[in-house]
Amino acid sequence: MATKRPTALHDVAVVGAFNTRQARLLPDETSLSITLDAIRGALADAGLAPHDVNGVNVNVGLASNVTAFHMAHMLGGQPSWMGAARMGVPAVLEAASAIGAGLCDTVVLAAGQAGAYSEREKVAPWTRPQNEFVECWGLYTAAEFALIARRHMHLYGTKPEHLAEVAATIRNHGHINPDAVYYERGPFTPQDILDSRMVADPYHLLDCAMTSEGGAGLILTTVERARDLPGPHAYVLGGAMERMGPSYVMAPVWDRYGMVGRTSARKAFAMAGITPHDVDVCEFYDPFSFEIIRQFEAFEFCPQGEGGPFVMDGRIHLDGDFPVCTNGGTMSFSHAGLAQMLQKVIAGTDQVRGRMGPLQVPDVKVAMCTNGGAAALFAEVLLLGNEPA
Amino acid sequence: MTPDRMTDARPPIPLPTPTPLSEPYWDACRRGELVVQRCRACDEYVFIPQPVCTKCFSADLEWLPSSGRGTVYSYTVVWRPQLPAFDVPYVIAIVEMDEGWYTFTNIVGCPPDDVRVGMPVRVHFQPMSDDITLPMFKPA
Repeated sequence: MATKRPTALHDVAVVGAFNTRQARLLPDETSLSITLDAIRGALADAGLAPHDVNGVNVNVGLASNVTAFHMAHMLGGQPSWMGAARMGVPAVLEAASAIGAGLCDTVVLAAGQAGAYSEREKVAPWTRPQNEFVECWGLYTAAEFALIARRHMHLYGTKPEHLAEVAATIRNHGHINPDAVYYERGPFTPQDILDSRMVADPYHLLDCAMTSEGGAGLILTTVERARDLPGPHAYVLGGAMERMGPSYVMAPVWDRYGMVGRTSARKAFAMAGITPHDVDVCEFYDPFSFEIIRQFEAFEFCPQGEGGPFVMDGRIHLDGDFPVCTNGGTMSFSHAGLAQMLQKVIAGTDQVRGRMGPLQVPDVKVAMCTNGGAAALFAEVLLLGNEPA
Repeated sequence: MTPDRMTDARPPIPLPTPTPLSEPYWDACRRGELVVQRCRACDEYVFIPQPVCTKCFSADLEWLPSSGRGTVYSYTVVWRPQLPAFDVPYVIAIVEMDEGWYTFTNIVGCPPDDVRVGMPVRVHFQPMSDDITLPMFKPA
């Protein structure tokens, strides 16, 4: 094993991780009620009470004005540190940095969304950037990501069958996850993906993330305090982020943005003192099927251009070398607000804790959790381990 | 191929609301000219409009005419419309302009299945309202 690059992130453990109920719609919930559920669940999972928390960051729905300040009050007015990073991997890295720097020692991160998307003749409002150089062309996220995938297919001969293998694999994981929105909705063959209706060529309906509602919560604390809490825990081995511009505004030119994530992956692997081949589960961000192929290239699991063949032959299945999106991802588990960003970290946490039930991969030592995408011009990487770094 | 949007009874497609920064671009489109910012300090083309060069951060930008010619860098044939106002299928593309800058657009003037990466295209100005003309592209 290579030398680890020292970082204060190594002082941090994930001691609580919880997903609320997830569904296409949660009509009896609000974004606030489901976020509070997520916080209760994460605290219970960690064996902690609200007054044990002294740092907080939340996202209460994509359009909410309930902030970490409100949540600090609801938690009893104790927190000494407020996070401001976007929920998901950046919020984890920010909170872990604050813990490592001694600004606080136990942080709750939570997000939830309910009641946001009902007008189904339009694509979801958060997928339609209201920009004068974007929306007039009929653009939305599926089309933006299709423009990245199409260029890769042109350059490297990547085929719709490669994309379909990714989507079928992720959806089959959700098919056997009792907590997934699309539990028992499969199994899927790659041909089923190709036979679903076209959305934005090359993306069929089943190549795309769903829309859903739900919440997610996470508790981080120091490795030292984690020793006194019921385990097992997940430990932060490394992480990094990069951003090349605003999401969904600039034309997603493959030559400029296709390898977004390479820099952050290299940083994260250097901190952890490992290489891509030490990763046991790949909880990669999966807004659209090709993005999994792209991340294997960007993170240097395989050479650029070879991601299509790389995902074939069972390599990304639960019993393969690099299982992806083991909870069913945003295509089958859930894709709610910003909770879904945090759910990549929860899936990685549960895999290294050995708590993934029917989806548990044997003997997981390292999980890689990511957010971002080439058409969104950003990437965020977190490496979790079953032992402290 | 392209319906006459000025007489269409459906809710309109979302048209640009020009800002002081983007007004020169949309004004030029209405006149039937395609223009783009270029940095006087480093010669970089800048699109979409910015207050500074995104390569060297200089604020010394000028508006120049574009050839209006380029090639399809990538494209997608869209079947699920962003809003009901869009007729499917429609083609969204990234065009690499001959000057080396990139723009989103719609490809019109040919069947969607005929669009290919690398296809030469030229700008086609499509009036959408009294104020807004969109720079679509057609096969060259």
